[in-house]
Formats: sequence, structure tokens, C-alpha cells
Amino acid sequence: MNIAVLLKQTFDTEAKISLAADGGIQSEGVNLIINPYDEFALEEALRLKEKAGSGEVVVVSAGGPRVGEALRTALATGADRAIHIEDPALDGADEFSVAAVLAAALKKGSFDLILAGWRAVDDGSGQVAIRVAELLDVPQVNVVTAVAVDDGRVTATMDIEGGCQVVEVPLPAVLTAQKGLNEPRYPSMRGIMQAKKKPLEHLALSDLDLAAGDTAPKTKLICHSLPAGRQAGRVIEGEAAEAVRELVRVLREEAKAI
Amino acid sequence: MDFSLGEEQELLRSTVRQFAEGEVGPLAAAMDEREEYDWDLWDKMAGMGLTGIPFPEQYGGAGMDNLSYAIAVEELSRVCASTGVLISAHTSLCCWPIYAYGTREQKEKYLVPLAEGALIGALGLTETGAGSDAGAVKLSARREGDGYVLNGTKIFITNAGRADTYVVIASTDPSRGHKGTSAFIVAKGTPGFTFGKKEHKMGIRASSTYELVFEECRISADQMLGADGSGFKIALATLDGGRIGIAAQALGIAQGALDQAVGYAKTREQFGQPVGRFQAVGWMLADAATRIQAARHLIYHAAWLKDQGQSYSKESAMAKLFASETAMWVTTKAVQIHGGYGYTREYPVERMMRDAKITEIYEGTSEIQRLVIQAALLR
Repeated sequence: MNIAVLLKQTFDTEAKISLAADGGIQSEGVNLIINPYDEFALEEALRLKEKAGSGEVVVVSAGGPRVGEALRTALATGADRAIHIEDPALDGADEFSVAAVLAAALKKGSFDLILAGWRAVDDGSGQVAIRVAELLDVPQVNVVTAVAVDDGRVTATMDIEGGCQVVEVPLPAVLTAQKGLNEPRYPSMRGIMQAKKKPLEHLALSDLDLAAGDTAPKTKLICHSLPAGRQAGRVIEGEAAEAVRELVRVLREEAKAI
Repeated sequence: MDFSLGEEQELLRSTVRQFAEGEVGPLAAAMDEREEYDWDLWDKMAGMGLTGIPFPEQYGGAGMDNLSYAIAVEELSRVCASTGVLISAHTSLCCWPIYAYGTREQKEKYLVPLAEGALIGALGLTETGAGSDAGAVKLSARREGDGYVLNGTKIFITNAGRADTYVVIASTDPSRGHKGTSAFIVAKGTPGFTFGKKEHKMGIRASSTYELVFEECRISADQMLGADGSGFKIALATLDGGRIGIAAQALGIAQGALDQAVGYAKTREQFGQPVGRFQAVGWMLADAATRIQAARHLIYHAAWLKDQGQSYSKESAMAKLFASETAMWVTTKAVQIHGGYGYTREYPVERMMRDAKITEIYEGTSEIQRLVIQAALLR
């Protein structure tokens, strides 16, 4: 089975967020990791390939120079090949731009299945894999907690509000991974040693037959701001019945929580 | 001079750190409390290839260098010193002498499964009368027929009880003193080989420490490791390399304690501010970080020398000496910075302080390390 895994390098979930001088998010010195949901996708891809007995797992990512670390980690974990899409025209890319380049890269290969995490933990974006599916004109099943492939079709269990839904689609298809799909493996020492010998291809827009105009973002970032600091708690005094009335009023009129 | 670590080493560090924090960390306090290791962790480490890091792939190892091995032990020890010494004793004290002195058959039979983690290894050297005076071993190996018979005991043996394979130093010719000692590979379960008392320790409590008891234990001649009479030489060479592993363990303990102390100093407030802002506390952190940095460079350099095939005896002694004294100093300060809370078992620093002490003692006391360095200087 030939499987592509779409990977995003994100901030470590423990990283402290601060704004840089230009109003952007400070990324210098921040520890970067593979988006945790993408790890579930990679693990599933490795398992499916192992089960099929043949094929390859290719990890694809778009981003700056540090993305190489994430791709090498994926190779060390067991992926066979990596593709790093990097181009100055992708500075300030939005989901439209990223999906455009990923889809273009995927079109150069031939994949039975495309896996990705269902959303990114840094900006909460959950659009890219969906857009890629549309661009490739293939079915998609999102927020998946179980996958079974059989004879050109995939059966996937989707996490939905209050339960789950089992969907069957023909291959090729895009699936996005939810936590609980599997338990991702750690890279082994042997995997780490082998990673440097595995192919890591660098592609610019021109290699994908794309011009800057084809990928220019369709959204414009106005500004970033940090959330307001936590206020001190407030104790509501008085007899129980009165205090409850006052609490309800405060929750409704001040905190606007109910 | 390029001080940067290779991409593999960075990846190894982050992988082992993730594993240590995710799998080992949550169990460390309980294992210490119960004085029992959770051996499922060994299987996980074997699966990741952490049980034979510096040995060639043909012998079941990961084919990495000694620097990578040191980094792995450091990262494990940062979270659990008992796990650090488990890997270090297995790799440096049991796998390594078999790798360096074993016949092809011995390597096939023992080194491969040891490096793959199917077997756990230990070194049986220390006796009640032979600690720093390692040449004074009394465990006897009496030649009989086409084999040997072992009689005697070993004490304070790390990994004992659970380990499958033991490299044991015995006296084959008492009249020749340490020149009459030889090394043997003995398997757990050999008739006549049992375990004595379990040692209840101040620290590394989850590390399995037992006596080895040999009573008319018969082994075959092909279980001798290296040449007859080279036991002491093998023991010393083994301890030279073991020093790097223990130094890395001590470094990991110190780093773990510093990380805890920094976290605490940033959040604990007294007199209206985080205590880390007070000079007394801040300078303790500064001194700790500086010593840790120095220890790290000594260790990495010793590992590098070993990887280059250059002599590393003096440098590994310096690394072990300095890193272990650093670990004791840093962990003590870490408890101090935590104040009363640091003295309770709710915080990990008291365990780290208890763990640190042994690094100044085993695999060559600080006093012995100083003698090694002295001898190298006055040659």
C-alpha cells in the first residue's frame, strides 16, 4: 500500500507563547514537534503498510527550514521517504496555500491512502487535509478513531458528537486521525541510524509547476494578541440562597457564561 | 572545533527524553517506594534498541557511538536513576567485556541476545573483602576435568536477581594474586549459583542489588572470558568504560534536579516574588548549571576519545569524578531550593539526592578516580 502522510511541524504543547517585536508569534528558541494528531496518522500509515506487506509510506510537509527535523523524525520512526516543500513565496501561507502545494506534491505520486491529523495544535486549523481531498477529488473521512482497509475500500470510524459513525469509501481517500486511533511508536535506535540514508526531497513551487500567484493566501492576518491575564477569584458572601442569586446574576451579566 | 551534536544524536536525545518522560517518569517514584523495578520498561527499552546502543548491528546492537550511549543514559537518568544504572551496568559492565574479549561463539551466544535485550546482564566483581581493592577477589574457580568449579560470594551486584548473564571475576590461581584471576560468563539458573540477600539501599532503590552465591557451581572451560589470568585486566578495562556510563547517569540526575529546581524557583513565591529572583537562590542555580555544563563537556570528551580509539582512562576518571560530585552538590542544593517541600516524598528531588550519592562510590570511588588521575599525571 502506498500511503502519504501530511505532516505539520508545530510548537511543543508546553511551549510558552509570546509575541515578537513585529507582532508575530515568537518562534526563536521554541521547541518544535510533529503535530501530535499527525503522529497518529503516521503510526496508522506504518501499521497499514506493515499489514499489507509492501508499499511505502511517504511523509510530506510544507514549511521553513526547521521542518527538516520533523521529517527526519518521521523517517526515523519508519517512514520510507520524505518530501519537504519550501519556498519564499510560502511566507505567510494560509490553509489555501498549504493545501495547494501539498495536493500538487501528492499528484506527482500515486497513493492509495492519504492520512493526516484532524487538526493542528498550534493554530487549531483543521482545513488543510479537507482542502487537499477536494483538490484531489477523492473522498474524505475525518476525526477517525479506527481504520480497516480491504480490497480497494476503507472502512473508518468517525468520532461524532455523542457517538461514532462508521463510513466506507473507495480508495484512494483522505482520512484524518483523532486521538485514540492508535498508540504511536517511538523511533528505535536503528530507525534513527537509518533515517539519514532515506531520501528527503526538497521541492520549491517551480518543482510543482506552481507560480506564486497560484498559492497566494486568500486570507489576511490582521493581528495577534495574547489572551487577557487571569483575574483573581471573587468570593460571594452572604446566606446560601442570596449568594446563589448573586452568583447567577454575576455569571449571566458579568461573566456572560450562562 | 565543532561542539554541535550530530543530527542523529539530537534525535536520539529527544526520542529517549520523550520515552523517559512518557513511560519511565510516571513510574519512578512508585518503583523507588516499593524497591521494585517494573520490568515491562525493560521490554520497551529493548524494543527501542536501547539495550545495546554502542555495539555493531551484527551483534544485535544499534551501531551507534559511545557519545550516543552516554546521551541515552543521561536522558534516562534525568527521570529515573535506577533506569540509568540498569542500562549502564548491562551495557558497559556485561555486554562490553564480552564484546571486547569474547570468542565469536561467546558473542553469538551471549552478546547478541544481550544487545537485543532478550537477556539482561550484570558484572560480578565486588566481594566483602574486595571493593576498591578489586584484585583481592576470593571467589575461587577450581580447575576440574574440562571445566571449573566456582565457590564464593559476590556482593552489591547491580541487576542481580533479574539478570540472566553474569560476567564473574574469580581467582583461578590464588598464588599469583590479581594476576591469577580470570573472567567467566555464568548464566542464571546454573546449578550451584543462587542469589543471597537483597540489598536495601539509600538510593537507586528500584535497581536490583543482590549477593551472588556460588557453591560447587560447575561451568565449562568455554565459559572463560578472555585468557586465563587476565581477569583483573578485564575488570579494570571494563570499569574504564563503565565510568562513562556512570558519569552520564550522574549528569542526568544533576540535570533532572536542576530542571526541577528551576521550575520551582520560578513559581514558588515568598516575600511577594518568585524565589528564583533572590540572589541566594539564583546563584545556587547558576553554580549548578555551570557545574553541569562542565561535567557534560568532560563526559562527552571522554566518550569522543573512546570513539576515536584514543586512550580515555584519565579522561573518563575525570568525567566520573566530577559528574558524581556535581550530582551530589546539585541535588543537595535542589532540595534546599525546594525548602520544606523538597524534604517530602511528594517532590522528586529528595529521591534524586538519595540517588546521587552512590555515583560517588560505585564503579570506582571518587578516591580511586583521583588515584587514576594522579597516576596518569605522574607517569
